[in-house]
Amino acid sequence: MPKLTIDGKEIEVADGLNLIQAADQAGIEIPHYCYHPGLSIVGNCRMCLVEVEKAPKLQIACNTRVAEGMVVHTRSARTRTAQKAVLEFLLINHPIDCPVCDQAGECKLQDYYMDYDQQPSRFSLGKKNKKGKAIDIGSDVMLDQERCILCARCTRFFDEITHTSELAIFGRGDHNVIDHWPGKPINNKYAVNVVDICPVGALTEKDFRFRMRVWYLHRTPSVCAGCERGCSIDIHHHRGRVYRYKPRHNPDVNGYWMCDEGRHSFVALQSESRLTTPLFQSGDRMAAEGWQPALERAAARIMEIGRTSGANAIGAVIGAQATNEEAYALKRLVKTTIGSDRIAGLCWSPPDASGDDNLLIRANKNPNLRGLEALGISPQNLDQLSASVAAGQLKMLIVLRADLVRALGEQEFLKRFGALDYMLVLDTDANETGQMANQLWPIAAFPEIDGSFTNFKGRVQRLQSAFAPPGQALSAVEVIARLGRQLDGNERVGSAEAVFAEMAAEEPAFKGLSFGGLGPHGRDLVA
Amino acid sequence: MERILTRWLDIPDIRRLDVYEANGGYQALRKALFDMKPEEIINEVKNSNLRGRGGAAFPTGTKWSFIPKDSKKPVYLCCNADESEPGTFANRYQLEFDPHQVLEGILIACRAVNAHVAYMYFRGEFTHQKRTVEGAIAEARAKGYIGKNIMGSGFDVEIYTHRGAGAYICGEETGLLESLEGKRAYPRNRPPFPAIQGAFGCPTVVNNVETLSNVPWIIKKGADWYRSIGPEKSPGPKLFCLSGHVNKPGLYELPMGFPLKDLIYDVGGGISDGRKLKAVIPGGASFPPFTAEEAEKVMMDFDSVRAAGSLMGTAGVMVMHDDTCMVDVLRTIAHFFHHESCGQCTPCREGCGWIEKLMIDMEAGRGKVSDLDVMLNVASNMEGNTICVLADSLAMPTRGFITKFRSEFEDHVRLGRCPFRDRDGRLAPPAHAAYQEGDHA
Repeated sequence: MPKLTIDGKEIEVADGLNLIQAADQAGIEIPHYCYHPGLSIVGNCRMCLVEVEKAPKLQIACNTRVAEGMVVHTRSARTRTAQKAVLEFLLINHPIDCPVCDQAGECKLQDYYMDYDQQPSRFSLGKKNKKGKAIDIGSDVMLDQERCILCARCTRFFDEITHTSELAIFGRGDHNVIDHWPGKPINNKYAVNVVDICPVGALTEKDFRFRMRVWYLHRTPSVCAGCERGCSIDIHHHRGRVYRYKPRHNPDVNGYWMCDEGRHSFVALQSESRLTTPLFQSGDRMAAEGWQPALERAAARIMEIGRTSGANAIGAVIGAQATNEEAYALKRLVKTTIGSDRIAGLCWSPPDASGDDNLLIRANKNPNLRGLEALGISPQNLDQLSASVAAGQLKMLIVLRADLVRALGEQEFLKRFGALDYMLVLDTDANETGQMANQLWPIAAFPEIDGSFTNFKGRVQRLQSAFAPPGQALSAVEVIARLGRQLDGNERVGSAEAVFAEMAAEEPAFKGLSFGGLGPHGRDLVA
Repeated sequence: MERILTRWLDIPDIRRLDVYEANGGYQALRKALFDMKPEEIINEVKNSNLRGRGGAAFPTGTKWSFIPKDSKKPVYLCCNADESEPGTFANRYQLEFDPHQVLEGILIACRAVNAHVAYMYFRGEFTHQKRTVEGAIAEARAKGYIGKNIMGSGFDVEIYTHRGAGAYICGEETGLLESLEGKRAYPRNRPPFPAIQGAFGCPTVVNNVETLSNVPWIIKKGADWYRSIGPEKSPGPKLFCLSGHVNKPGLYELPMGFPLKDLIYDVGGGISDGRKLKAVIPGGASFPPFTAEEAEKVMMDFDSVRAAGSLMGTAGVMVMHDDTCMVDVLRTIAHFFHHESCGQCTPCREGCGWIEKLMIDMEAGRGKVSDLDVMLNVASNMEGNTICVLADSLAMPTRGFITKFRSEFEDHVRLGRCPFRDRDGRLAPPAHAAYQEGDHA
């Protein structure tokens, strides 16, 4: 643990850190462009030059390892001069088109100019180099070569992370440009990560650009529900709409990255078919009603079937899309309140979905299969359920986030479950299963709920509600709590935190975990 | 002084192996293989005070001693034949006329650092030189000097040739390594130094052609003999590339510490067109010029030139007479470095272009006096702040020319045109168009 002094502050840091990391631990920002903790060090931007005592020249902080007794000045006159100089150099051929640039507001050129430079340019506008603008370089990425500062983060990403090397630097000197190889535009499932790591407006995302000024966006940390990896994300949203997902650093799950599929998975959650009110089957169409009549209707049906055919005539199918809390709450309701042990999971991925790769993407598109398994809710039980339907033992099914019709196909579904008397479906959209339901209740989608997913490696991570669900939709945990109260008259706390606490107390796999204790990076299951 | 590096002037066919052998060729290699341990070779070269001729003047023996003795990885030797510094043309003659001397140096160096593979990196334009060297390698291999079990010693060395695609930056030692590995010649951050992580991640020595050519002589005649040539700290024979406004431009082998004045007036036959000396750049385009007055006193060795405020670099001595526009010279130098900056580091990528743009205006009479301070400031912002020294290579002449010839720049601003050009912007026709035949190589 070497001790060093940065700006007069003596600190002790882990061996092997570079000066940017060490200063960061002391709460001191060393500005940088090319350095990225997830990529190799190239040291080309020269923004992180700092004064290190006993070194004749300024040193780049990114490539300088901490050493015992090192004395570093990040705000000395020499450092300041170098920082101003680098910013001036970076801006002489930059178009300074901030008013029409989508990066404005999250641009490191803008930020550092305000923090470290603030001097008028001595370079006349007419002499700027002209390069390519608004070039479609493939995948979901647009390139503006004039804004590029040639930090080579994007080329290093494709070289070192995906090992596909789609982008390269062409030309020489101040005519250097980033581009793809001739005739070979980017076609990469991780391409938009280069937009994230581009410190300026050179690389922007086709889907996002010009849709929202970034300073209007709020950020809520959460988890991507696109596959069983469960990448840590920030939800960027404004007035109840998600505008983008950005990967959030999590060394134990996704590093700094996420895939483009997951990144765009929010689009499906904002479709026209979102449910906003409880529905019930009225003749040959679905009719809207309030929550109270809906709960009464369902409770009455559960009690009637329970009375006539026994509690075991009521079962539940829980999709591996449900959170740990939702699955646990429904399991409790079915097992304890209703008294049935007929519960099955459903784990289904679209046949055209992408397969496993060696970076992040998983073929299993269900974010919480491992969580269901940890709660003893197995997808294998589905056959037993359909057998009980055939045997006339199972009359009613509560279906949570499980599109059985789509998973099985309509013919197969009707063959196996067509004989059911009653089906209560809790989902976000009027999917195919919902359209066959007797009652269809609107629940909150992932950006709208608190809860947790357990990824395929057993990592339990928190989802956080970014905004309220649309219309009368409620979180599924709340709906299940209300249904429980309707059935037995006992109050239940409809919060994910309370359900998690109960789950941690009751379920061995979750023993010792707490909702608050999951932290930004999550915790591993006990078993 | 006996010619050592330019023996082809005395022995015209020394490029041929039989002639080279007849004149003591490969005897130093024999000595290095059979009579000396690798440490002894390194110590001999260390004691000789041989310093790198590529421009940086780093002690060669010391460089070799940085190679780990017990390296688990292979060790490589790279011969830097990417001679690209403006005004420099020594290596090309050596490769064309005495390739075996370079090869012998390479083989001895390989023995010293225990390298079994050597690469020769030629600049893109050296097609002819590369062919010549490849012929020499084939000859030497046939005689058992290259390949397995050299001269029956059990020591193996394979020499591979590689030609770049023609970029100045490929001559920078880590840019060369990147290029050799098939990548863009972006110079690398140091540490790690090439001695620890060079070509293909393995310990590597990069030495210039001229440096390696000295090695057989040091081994053959000893460090004490070598140190006796020229100044103690910067000894040896040196190839001077004399160009510009002298009557006898060309390649001259002279001892280190040779007076610049004598180089210009005696060896070079004086200033052409009967004009007066105005400025000399002593070491290629990368360094500040000397005024005529300064040039009077300078001795041409690494330390003396440095003490006088410039650097000897590659010893590409460019002489300019009093009808030369210093603004135009700096503009040309700026153009070169702008064109050759690899563009990796921000200050160099942007600064070189900025200075050239200002210099184009300055030379055309569109500049402002305040531009001079901007350029000095830009130069100081570039210098020392980049991965390699290409930025410094423009910063130094920029500062040198502007401070030493400031009035000439101010004249351009005042007149609104170049005083050395006519009103149509044409330079006076070169009266020195026909060079006299000298005894240059």
